[in-house]
Amino acid sequence: MTASQPWTPDQPIVRIADVYKSFGAVEVLKGVSLNVMKGEVICIIGPSGSGKSTLLRCINALVPIDRGSIQVEGLETHDPKLNKLELRKKVGMVFQQYNLFPHKTALQNIMMAPVTVLKQDKAEVEVRARVLMKKVRLEGKEHSYPGELSGGQQQRVAIARSLAMNPDVMLFDEVTAALDPETVKEVLVTIRDLAEEGMTCLLVTHEMGFARELADHMYFTDRGVIVEHGPPKEFFSNPRDPRTQEFLSQIL
Amino acid sequence: MTTPETGINLTYFYDSFDRARMIGGFFMTIWLSLVCLFFSTIIGVVGAWLQGSRFVWTRRIAQGYIQLFRNTPPLVQMYFFFFALGNLLPRVKNEYGYLEPLFDNFTWAAVSLSFFAGAFNVEIFRSGIEAVPESTREAAEALGYNRLQAYLYIVLPLAFRVCLPALNNNLVNLVKTTTLAYAIAVPELLYVSNQIWSDSVNVPEMMVTLLVLYVALVGLLVWGMHRWERAIRVPGYGT
Repeated sequence: MTASQPWTPDQPIVRIADVYKSFGAVEVLKGVSLNVMKGEVICIIGPSGSGKSTLLRCINALVPIDRGSIQVEGLETHDPKLNKLELRKKVGMVFQQYNLFPHKTALQNIMMAPVTVLKQDKAEVEVRARVLMKKVRLEGKEHSYPGELSGGQQQRVAIARSLAMNPDVMLFDEVTAALDPETVKEVLVTIRDLAEEGMTCLLVTHEMGFARELADHMYFTDRGVIVEHGPPKEFFSNPRDPRTQEFLSQIL
Repeated sequence: MTTPETGINLTYFYDSFDRARMIGGFFMTIWLSLVCLFFSTIIGVVGAWLQGSRFVWTRRIAQGYIQLFRNTPPLVQMYFFFFALGNLLPRVKNEYGYLEPLFDNFTWAAVSLSFFAGAFNVEIFRSGIEAVPESTREAAEALGYNRLQAYLYIVLPLAFRVCLPALNNNLVNLVKTTTLAYAIAVPELLYVSNQIWSDSVNVPEMMVTLLVLYVALVGLLVWGMHRWERAIRVPGYGT
């Protein structure tokens, strides 16, 4: 594993090189490489079990990798000497099941990490948290508990909670997969707003229409390898690999 | 002296010496209970944290502690602390120049009962901790929480809500078990009652008094715990 290197914005903000990962005997990632530039939106699609979620989890070191290298802004994410907090300040993550803290209100969920982890001033964080609530269109729900919010609302709180840490890269792991069809849109709109503001986004998604519209680059993974990638126009209209063709024909 | 009309002799109503003993015993029981409630809960929280440690020996020590204190009678534990450990420790000179044990009988009662109830509390907290989904912990980790921060701010508050009913039971048991301190002459309720009935031969009266007082004491604890349970209840989570 290489050590962390200085990073300049003209280099990829996320650099994944030849990553291998096994869970026991199951090899989930078999030599995955991809680069993401600052401000890019990339979408990763593929059948379940193809390693997409594991790849996202490797990027912020929730899952250790076996071989290869992942760098975020030059930080080698699997360097044992790495201060994990430095990495997690740069990378925000939103999960399929929202994973809000059920004992805290929406506003508190957003405020908790900056206050307890970053030791930021509570009053200042609260001002920012209220702005974020507005940004995800949840004004008035500040004092609701997650149990009182719909799935789509919870997911938007989860997005705001990640944003409160001021990340440079956002990871979205099938964030609409657990939602009712009518609430999917409100979450996608929130993500689109973010992408349009220039946030670097990596999405694992099944929302093909959304991916086609928003992504700068598409990746198709199957059985732990990237089978095909390219700009969405080309990727959707003219897939070259038979596995991509089959997957797209099933899903579209 | 027996009241001629009823034959019921409640000495603490007319004998100021007995009354003082009774009140002293009552507050001794309350004080011993509070000390043990506090320390056994701390032991439970810390022990459950150690049980989830990455280091195998930390986990083994926590497990060994639980086995030792859960599988032995609390009276034997108290005797062990008071007679065995107490005798092994050095003696210190008191204010009159006499040699005294380092710790008095109250301290040993508090220590042994805290460890006894603490062993159960560890298991109770563990059950609550295991009810917190791994994904919630993962979310905390992704937000930069370290293991201790995630435990203190997220896992423990959620675990508490799940395990409060079980914790309730154990703490009720603890308050009742403080009567064992009688055996090492801590002047708590049972001990002073015994002194009174030895003096006045009013055993049935004192027994009934004891029962009534414990019903009231434990009732108060249960009432408080239920209020607490309601106060920290959040919509859509736990009991």
